[in-house]
Amino acid sequence: MLALVISHLLVALLLPPVAMRHTRAAYLVAALPPAAALCWALAHAAAVLAGDQPVERVTWSATLGLEFVFRLDTLALVMTLLVSGIGVLVLLYSRWYFETPSGDAKRSAPLLLAFAGAMFGLVLADHLLTLYIFWELTTICSFLLVGQSGVSRESRRASLQALLVTTLGGLVMLLGFIVLGETSGTYRISRLAAEPPTGSAAAIATGLILVGAFTKSAQVPFHNWLPAAMVAPTPISAYLHAASMVKAGVFLIGRLTPVLSEVSYLPVVTAVFGLVTMFVGGWRALREYDLKLLLAYGTISQLGFLMVLAGSGSYTGELALAGMLLAHGAFKATLFLVIGIVDHQTGTRDIRELSGVGRRLPWVATVAALAAMSMAGVPPMIGFVAKEAAFEAYLGAGPAVAVEVGLVLGSVLTVAYTARLLVGGFASKRDTMPTEVHPPPVGMLLPPAVTALLCLALGVAYPVTDELAATYAERAVGHSGEYHLGLWHGFNLPLALSLITLLGGLALAAYNAGLNRLRDRLPSPLDAQRGYERVMGSLERLAVGVTGRVQVGSLPTYLGIILLTVLAVPGSVLLIRVTPIEQLRWWDNVLQLPLALVILIAAAGVVRATRRITAVLLVGVIGYAIGGMFIVGGGPDLALTQFLVETLTLIAFVLVLRRLPARFTETPSSRRVRLPKVLISLAGGVFVGFAALIFSSARDTPSAVSREYLEHAEEGTSATNVVNAIIIDFRAFDTVGELSVLAVAATGVASLVLSARSARRRKHARSDWESLSTAGRAPGERGGKGRT
Amino acid sequence: MTDSRASDGQGEAAEGAWFHSDAPAERWLLSGYSRDPRERTILLELVARVVFPTVIVFSVYLLFAGHYRSGGGFSGGLVAGQAFVLRYLAGGRLDDSSTVSMRPPVLIGIGLTTAVLTGLVPVLFGGVVLESASFTFAVPLLGKIKVVSSLFLDIGVYLLILGVVLDLLRTLGSGIEADIAAPGGGPR
Repeated sequence: MLALVISHLLVALLLPPVAMRHTRAAYLVAALPPAAALCWALAHAAAVLAGDQPVERVTWSATLGLEFVFRLDTLALVMTLLVSGIGVLVLLYSRWYFETPSGDAKRSAPLLLAFAGAMFGLVLADHLLTLYIFWELTTICSFLLVGQSGVSRESRRASLQALLVTTLGGLVMLLGFIVLGETSGTYRISRLAAEPPTGSAAAIATGLILVGAFTKSAQVPFHNWLPAAMVAPTPISAYLHAASMVKAGVFLIGRLTPVLSEVSYLPVVTAVFGLVTMFVGGWRALREYDLKLLLAYGTISQLGFLMVLAGSGSYTGELALAGMLLAHGAFKATLFLVIGIVDHQTGTRDIRELSGVGRRLPWVATVAALAAMSMAGVPPMIGFVAKEAAFEAYLGAGPAVAVEVGLVLGSVLTVAYTARLLVGGFASKRDTMPTEVHPPPVGMLLPPAVTALLCLALGVAYPVTDELAATYAERAVGHSGEYHLGLWHGFNLPLALSLITLLGGLALAAYNAGLNRLRDRLPSPLDAQRGYERVMGSLERLAVGVTGRVQVGSLPTYLGIILLTVLAVPGSVLLIRVTPIEQLRWWDNVLQLPLALVILIAAAGVVRATRRITAVLLVGVIGYAIGGMFIVGGGPDLALTQFLVETLTLIAFVLVLRRLPARFTETPSSRRVRLPKVLISLAGGVFVGFAALIFSSARDTPSAVSREYLEHAEEGTSATNVVNAIIIDFRAFDTVGELSVLAVAATGVASLVLSARSARRRKHARSDWESLSTAGRAPGERGGKGRT
Repeated sequence: MTDSRASDGQGEAAEGAWFHSDAPAERWLLSGYSRDPRERTILLELVARVVFPTVIVFSVYLLFAGHYRSGGGFSGGLVAGQAFVLRYLAGGRLDDSSTVSMRPPVLIGIGLTTAVLTGLVPVLFGGVVLESASFTFAVPLLGKIKVVSSLFLDIGVYLLILGVVLDLLRTLGSGIEADIAAPGGGPR
């Protein structure tokens, strides 16, 4: 399994050069790994349904207990069929959709494949952390696919919004995973399911995980990133934002149903949020004129439906969930791909401009109609079968009635916007000119035709669907039930509800135009998009405020803050815990006396200095004298480093001093803060002095660690220089860390200096570039281009 | 590491000194050089050129000796960097032989990559990250030579430190100098 996941990512990594030359071939190559995954899943399907689940475990860091665990169970099988099956079709479709070898086309092939790999890993994961890694990988792929080249402001904003919202949810979810894993002692989902955690820890973890699931599956109030993400090319929207990625949240709840079975509030919360989402999505879909946005809001509505079912925790509910997952994947992918064809062949997706498309493109319209029937829940489609099961699941008394009513209302909206989609996209309208249409290539129509037929096939061949769904539902809730997915259960309440839904929806669609006029006049007090923008705006203002107050740009202030912190935190500890200073003596070696005298005199000189260069040189004298102290004290390594660093510091100072005034400047304001400056620096000096005394008297024998180092340096690292052995062997990890810090710091400083310089240079170049041309300058420098 | 042109110059000059001791050994000084004579210190220029290779060799010695005596990648890198600092101080930014042909950030990156790879290589042989091993070779004439794998980490440190110093020279040294030389370039 890991090999399959990695093959996705590996091919994606190798694909960009191919995509540069042969963009269309790249999509065909990209379709291979998902096709392999699909075949593999189908080959194991019989075994999985019989209860034999392939498991793979790869430990990549035994000491930290980190591993990748994959398991193909029934839910994973269902999701793999969706992810890999639709992945293959979308990639084949993309080959026709992206016609000219544009940048989008070259970028999307590897990214779509990488996404398919991440999604495949996500559905197979049997380890919370494995799941999290793939979860975030899908987020990153989504960000890149929505943002594309990042040229347009709209796509940049949409991709950033999707990234921020889903990553926020992902991080909260990770927190929940950690709570769950740490309290139960295992991160393996199958083990957690065997012994469901109880108590407050599980309750808290559930709340945190729900945030992740809600953001990813675009539940209210996080739903708005999904319509915004519709700026992406249609195949990407079809794959990521309809068929697979947005289902990850629902999938997660379904995956964790057995784990969280002891958490009583889970069904309530998912039902409330799911129903609100279902309603809001459906309501907004009825207003949209852009077919793709209409579908996006429809997706939100359906995700709400799925969320209700995922949290139901009942056998029939889970049965309906599995059926609905398959149904939604099939019909939503079909519809998106069909809308893509319409958009591609007519150049518009606006309901108000399209007319007579159905007559010109009868096959496209047929495919769309099949999928729409499934979405609306018309027999004999899988959508109908699944919806029947959902209605059946909430038959009963008490709170179930409220959910049932909510589901029926939401489904009425679904039928209404389905009708709006079909009529708006394909019907001939009296007052609109027939749209000019070019017939699509067959290859482009084939993928949606396959999925549309699946909508029909899964419904007609309902025993197959039922076996798949029943196996999942039984594992999820731990027992089996009476109900089976099917087309005919006799005259009963769910059938009546289905009928009401269809008729009500059609009626709503008929009166929708009038309703829309009314709706426009209604105030919209809560707008999720405006809320998101307000949050982001205040975050930016906060950042500017904090930065402006903390980064005042004054070196004395920074130094003062650092010194005060040192005095407050370790300094106060020093005062509270009175440590006796033992073994105090004046000197160890007589040579220390003259060196100390040099240091004192130089330090006094620094304070008195009025010229900058004098001060810098005197600081250098102090540094060298301290290096001398190290030699006297018997630390040649330390002394060598001290001398070298001191020299370099001195030179850097001198180099910078060329740009500074020769003397220290004194302004009235600096004179006013003189006393606080003196006090703080005196206190700092006293603290450091005492700390040095106390620390050096605290240890009179070498510590256990030092002894270990001294003993093992020779045999362990074959080094006779223990200092070096510590740096590059015992504590090599620290060294590598420090190296990276140094690299980042040096590069950052250099970039700051260079960018400030080039900005200044540009200013001069603008003001008088005449004189610039006469100035002698080295070749290869930026200003050189001013030469005329 | 050293500039090939510089060592060529050294070779030629040495040759010249050997066979034609009266010929002007111009290569010891910077040629085609337009610095203000008042700012030029010929003695320092000459000393810098004479001392430079020695200092570089010394820095390499420090790098290898670190395992047994004082030294190591850090001090070696600093010494090598200061050899370049010396040349800059003597020749200014127009002494283009003092700039290594490699850009400092590249050098920093190579150093960091070397260090990280040294840490990861043991994993390939089933060890743990940053594990070290020592190998002993018998080299003719030199006898037995022991190489410790952590030496590569030290080489990474050396290169990175050298890169940092060169970056410092590029930005604070020649950068500021070019700034001052530019019209309206501030004090001095």
